[in-house]
Amino acid sequence: MHWSSLSEFIRMGGYGFYVWGSYGVTLVLLGGEVLMLLKRRRAVARIAPEPRVETRKAKFETAMVSDKL
Amino acid sequence: MSTRRINWYKYAAPANFYPLAGKMIPFFTVVTVLLFIIGLYVGFFVAPTDFQQGESYRIIFIHVPAAWMGMFLYVLMAVYAGLGWAFNARLGSMMATAISTTGAIFTFISLVTGSLWGKPAWGVYWVWDARMTSTLILMFLYIGFISLQASIDDPRRADRAGAVLALVGLINVPIIYFSVQWWNTLHQGATFTARSFKMAPSMLSAMLILMAACWMYSIAVVLVRVRCIIRERESEAPWLAEAVA
Repeated sequence: MHWSSLSEFIRMGGYGFYVWGSYGVTLVLLGGEVLMLLKRRRAVARIAPEPRVETRKAKFETAMVSDKL
Repeated sequence: MSTRRINWYKYAAPANFYPLAGKMIPFFTVVTVLLFIIGLYVGFFVAPTDFQQGESYRIIFIHVPAAWMGMFLYVLMAVYAGLGWAFNARLGSMMATAISTTGAIFTFISLVTGSLWGKPAWGVYWVWDARMTSTLILMFLYIGFISLQASIDDPRRADRAGAVLALVGLINVPIIYFSVQWWNTLHQGATFTARSFKMAPSMLSAMLILMAACWMYSIAVVLVRVRCIIRERESEAPWLAEAVA
């Protein structure tokens, strides 16, 4: 650990604006992408409910039901 | 020797790929978070101060992975778009569309972090040198791909138009990569070379861990997005329609 204090860590040897600016922009853009995507996923879920995944168990149950019919 | 083979063609069908992608997303999400935490810890608390550039060099831990992802994802996007076009495989085209947004974001990050690094290192935010100009062209190719697809109503026609643009634009990727060799530029040479392994191991590992984090992030985000695209486009398909009924 080469930072003796929090303010030294934030100053980044005088390059604080450039270093934190870079990481800040990255955080905002990637975070924004994730938020937009989750919003899109919710919007999609409103159009159609989650599709039923064809597991082996589901297939078996479907077969059993259709047998009874 | 096992004779069991995985039927890869099965997963070219959106109906089969959709649940598979759903199962992979939690794994990639967890790995992404862990790698970002480890990589940032190594980058800020283990890696020493650079004797030439001081603390400003810490920008490379995000700049280099972002720049690489911009190029990798472009190639991947063009390959998927090409497969979708050549084999009429709609999942390939959907993957290309899903990748384009993330690729554009990483390219933009590489341009912004690059100029924030350029100011303390060179004294200017931007110069029209070969690498930076060709990266800016990469950004425009992504924007062109996204807006071209958005402007065409018929999804399969939009896929084909996008594929042509993506494949033609592929020529730009080697130009970006070799620009630092072909032209005399202000931008420094390739970061990953035999010589770079002489840099402090903690510096190199921070960069490589964050590179892996960006890969895992891209996979997770693209899988979530392609699942949205599948459901938006295939809402009339029987496998989705039966779920609604």
